[in-house]
Amino acid sequence: MSELASEWSAQPDTITPVLTKRWAEENSWTLETYERTGGYRALRTALAGHPDQLIQLCKDSGLRGRGGAGFPTGMKWSFIPQGSEGPGAKPKYLVVNADEGEPGTCKDIPTMMADPHSLIEGCIITSYAIRAKFCAIYVRGEALHPIRRVRAAVAEAYAKGYLGKDILGTGFDLDIVVHAGAGAYICGEETALLDSLEGRRGQPRLKPPFPATAGLYASPTVVNNVETIASVPYIVAGGVDWFRAMGSDKSPGPKIYSVSGHVERPGQYEAPMGTTLRTLLELAGGMKDGIPLKFWTPGGSSTPMFTAEHLDVPLDFEGAAAAGSMLGTTAVQVFNETVSVPWAVMKWTEFYKHESCGKCTPCREGTYWLVQILERMVHRQGTAQDIETLLDVCDNILGRSFCALGDGATSPITSGIKYFRQEFLDLIAVQPAVPRPEQLADVEAGRVGTRPIGAIA
Amino acid sequence: MSGFDELTHVRAKEIIDRYPVARSALLPLLHLVQAEEGYVSQAGIGFCADQLGLTTAEVSAVATFYTMYKRTPCGEHLVSVCTNTLCAALGGDDIYARLSAKLGSPDRPLGHEETAGEPGTPGSLTLEHAECLAACDLAPVIQVNYEYFDNQTVQSAEELVDALRRGEKPNPTRGAPLTDLRTVELELAGFTHDETVAAAAVAGPSAAPETLRGNTLAAERGWAAPAMPDEIPALPEKAR
Repeated sequence: MSELASEWSAQPDTITPVLTKRWAEENSWTLETYERTGGYRALRTALAGHPDQLIQLCKDSGLRGRGGAGFPTGMKWSFIPQGSEGPGAKPKYLVVNADEGEPGTCKDIPTMMADPHSLIEGCIITSYAIRAKFCAIYVRGEALHPIRRVRAAVAEAYAKGYLGKDILGTGFDLDIVVHAGAGAYICGEETALLDSLEGRRGQPRLKPPFPATAGLYASPTVVNNVETIASVPYIVAGGVDWFRAMGSDKSPGPKIYSVSGHVERPGQYEAPMGTTLRTLLELAGGMKDGIPLKFWTPGGSSTPMFTAEHLDVPLDFEGAAAAGSMLGTTAVQVFNETVSVPWAVMKWTEFYKHESCGKCTPCREGTYWLVQILERMVHRQGTAQDIETLLDVCDNILGRSFCALGDGATSPITSGIKYFRQEFLDLIAVQPAVPRPEQLADVEAGRVGTRPIGAIA
Repeated sequence: MSGFDELTHVRAKEIIDRYPVARSALLPLLHLVQAEEGYVSQAGIGFCADQLGLTTAEVSAVATFYTMYKRTPCGEHLVSVCTNTLCAALGGDDIYARLSAKLGSPDRPLGHEETAGEPGTPGSLTLEHAECLAACDLAPVIQVNYEYFDNQTVQSAEELVDALRRGEKPNPTRGAPLTDLRTVELELAGFTHDETVAAAAVAGPSAAPETLRGNTLAAERGWAAPAMPDEIPALPEKAR
């Protein structure tokens, strides 16, 4: 175990509970427990400093967004215009993205249930740093128990003088509203979330302008994930060197890996950034019933799948990207050999089709047709062209959609075909010739437009 | 003026006052009218529009976008079965198929967002298949009125809906003791019928063994995060 500051250079332990440490305490969600275990100490230090010092601390720590994209948090805070004139004179807002819904992802919900005060303390410090006086925590509506716990914690924090007017006598004011969503995966996209929070349909905005200059109510806004904000008090309390003693230079700190699926002991494992699936599988007791691994996602269904070849990929931002995927939300979904890849891909694609907000054509129409093709393939009515059609449609969605939902929708398909093409071929290989409607002949003869062939059948 | 009572008007005002800009109140207001009527009716849409100075078309556009706002009367309980890939692979599809068949008529399974029993009456329940409910380490999962019933099987799910149909309220794995969908919608809007019940609800269980697995294993093996310094380090200088 690392007991002393001088040992920070040593290899950290395999599991490093920081954000999850308090979860095992009795009544872990109460203010009493939080303060007894060191909570709200960092806040006092933070409020005694200058806001710019906190932005610098966050930059120095190397903290990167835990919601999937990995953007440097301190840099995001520093983009907020300050000053008494121009855009700096507008009110600033902190919005916490607690709309957890990426398939496989289940870290923010237990965090909010078990330790809501770490999130609230993080909100206060961050709001002070960016000079926000209003903070909204946008929690997914289906996350009822987390909403309860966070609201109860906010009420406790008001009663204790951590929120409201003149916090701890420093002259800093902050109000927090816990806002319940209403069931829309797209609201996890930050600009869709802002539209939703403004009382509109949750549809993404064109960027630029970015939320840092025109976010909530067209004012400068920081949108950060729950795990990101909950990390802030620990960074203040432990300092840069402590935080960087875990993980890598470019992806420092601890990370909650959520291991699910065909393993013996699924659950939440908080470990240094860069932990591999090999290690996570050991921690989780190995594959369930000894049935071999077939495929897995490093960070939710929007991150291209990996296979047993990728057991030793370091699961940090650089490692996952270098191996052809993304770190995402470290939602490690593990599937064994009994699971059909085309079936899994079809299920995920049905999800994206359902959740596509409909604002932009490539995603709205593309996901619709992708589902049609995958469903008929899985129902053994596919055609020989289907794989190429799938890839062609994906090519027309990736990079051409308003937001990352469209890009994410292509990930399972392109990675599934990349690693398991034969499984898709097998599905269509044994098919009798599919009766072709007359419209198809029209397309082939050039009599009508160029809709994808798969779209007609 | 719609038929909503004085208390609902007071609550609506309170919701609007939470936000710097009134329209931000629309999602909670829709939860509020759903709590009153068991679904978002045309009257509920009119009420929200009146409160915010919007047209009913603007409110309808929002209400129809979100899956949690139901446009037809719901049962006492809402049963949501996760059928996203991971839950489905672990049995979620089988659970949903079995519940659809069981709650339907002999010749037709109950469809998505359809209700078994007379909506609003005790023991009635609306069934839906849900997208990922963010409890994948506890798959397959069901929510009843958004409380978690984890690690389900076809058999446990059948027992759960049997109990609900009999008017019982089994305790969730994680969450508060079951109430009903309308009470929960009121909670989502930010209100409670009863402070004592609300306090007890907050204390409902949250940590499953799966939630604590990393923690437990670390304790067994003597693993920990690097120790923090005893004194909080000085903050860095501004912009170096």
